[in-house]
Amino acid sequence: MPQRTPLYQNHVRAGARLVEFAGWEMPVQYEGLLAEHEAVRTRVGLFDVSHMGEVIFRGPKALEALSKVFTNDVGKIVDGQAQYGCLCRDTGGIVDDVVVYRRGAEDLLVCVNAGNRQKDFEWLASHAGGADVSNESDAWSQLALQGPLAAQLLQRLTKVNLSQLRSYRFAPGEVAGIACLVARTGYTGEDGFELFCEASKGPAVWDALLEAGKPEKIQPAGLGARDSLRLEMAYRLYGSDMDDSTTPLEAGLAWVVKLDKGDFVGRAALQRQREQGLAKKLVGFTLTDPGIPRHGYAVQQDGRKVGDVTSGTKSPSLGTSVGLAYVPTALAAEGSTFAVEIRGRAAAARVVKTPFYVRK
Amino acid sequence: MEIPQDLRYTREHEWARNKGGRIVVGITDFAQDQLGDVVYVELPDVGDPVKKGEAFGVVESTKAVSELFAPISGKVLEVNAPLSDAPETINEDPYEEGWMIVIEPSDPKDLEALMDAKAYQAFVDEQAH
Repeated sequence: MPQRTPLYQNHVRAGARLVEFAGWEMPVQYEGLLAEHEAVRTRVGLFDVSHMGEVIFRGPKALEALSKVFTNDVGKIVDGQAQYGCLCRDTGGIVDDVVVYRRGAEDLLVCVNAGNRQKDFEWLASHAGGADVSNESDAWSQLALQGPLAAQLLQRLTKVNLSQLRSYRFAPGEVAGIACLVARTGYTGEDGFELFCEASKGPAVWDALLEAGKPEKIQPAGLGARDSLRLEMAYRLYGSDMDDSTTPLEAGLAWVVKLDKGDFVGRAALQRQREQGLAKKLVGFTLTDPGIPRHGYAVQQDGRKVGDVTSGTKSPSLGTSVGLAYVPTALAAEGSTFAVEIRGRAAAARVVKTPFYVRK
Repeated sequence: MEIPQDLRYTREHEWARNKGGRIVVGITDFAQDQLGDVVYVELPDVGDPVKKGEAFGVVESTKAVSELFAPISGKVLEVNAPLSDAPETINEDPYEEGWMIVIEPSDPKDLEALMDAKAYQAFVDEQAH
């Protein structure tokens, strides 16, 4: 039986179509993917992301211990700041990509992917280094309010001064009278917020946002739109674009790997890989022939398979077919061309700069 | 869920309409609803042969790829070319503007083997449970 978030009944009431994703019964769409995608790009959308997990590092050793399993330099962020990065194995393979929220030097919340809740907790707990590591995934509801009108809507429901809350900052505060962590983070490329609250309070926050958001024509949005929105930004999706067998360098996440910050799990392997050079690299491409690239399609060069498409869709905002693929480094430069095999046909593709979509 | 009385249906959710001996084919309201927003369609060329129960094309929503299966055998007489630029027509009007191909049947009796509206309704009800 798939798990359900505390907001399951809200989704049923809103007429959602539910699908199983990473062991969770989640809304894939309400109104329709394209309508929800557009609502987030032009107005405001509301996502239930309570399937995401929360692992907390506490105590005097919290910061030091987390730093030893995290690729980014978590020592650089201050209380109330968040940071994206990876957890890596000794091989450099990615255990997960996560966002760390520093509530204090002795209190750090690690937001992990739904499918990795247990794996990450076990991994982190086995590298606790004297910190108190707890899996609080079931204790939290998490909502994502995303879009250009998110701030004006949310400001009516909270005393947190949103004009002072910059990107990747967060603050505790009430939303519609319910205690939340209000974070200016997201996975859509739009301005927006992620709201963490006690699990049982999620439905009340959800209802309050939908009610208050009527002037903005707020739209509940499902995993379908979440995926097309993130892909237009070339944000990687764990399990599709990267996994335990790929490194952050290969996945194009070198910007969150700080080799000079001090030792961390995977550092030696990543250092070696950087010195020796990469055999393959994740790139963004567009199709110049008709068709839609999909996860698992082959990348071809001269009729030979040389790589794999990891994500692909027809971009709702751009109208073109875009995707991410692992290709040999020789084909990774912008402007390089290769083919994507679509049902036995070779469709021409070109490497382009990412993000595919640039916010207006 | 709209299921016109005068059409015949397949278990793969295509519909077939007899128009003076030529058979117009598309996908049902149920199929387009299950697919979600259709963003791409790949259809055969005029003159191509199609075989009952075999794929004649592909329809893709933002999330999924689905093959289109020929309800009868025959030859493609017409293709709804405007669909390639406006695949959303399949969501908006699956039984009229969203038609896909017209087939010249090799055996006119093929059509009678398909489900009628009542049988298809029962089939869909069963799938929903």
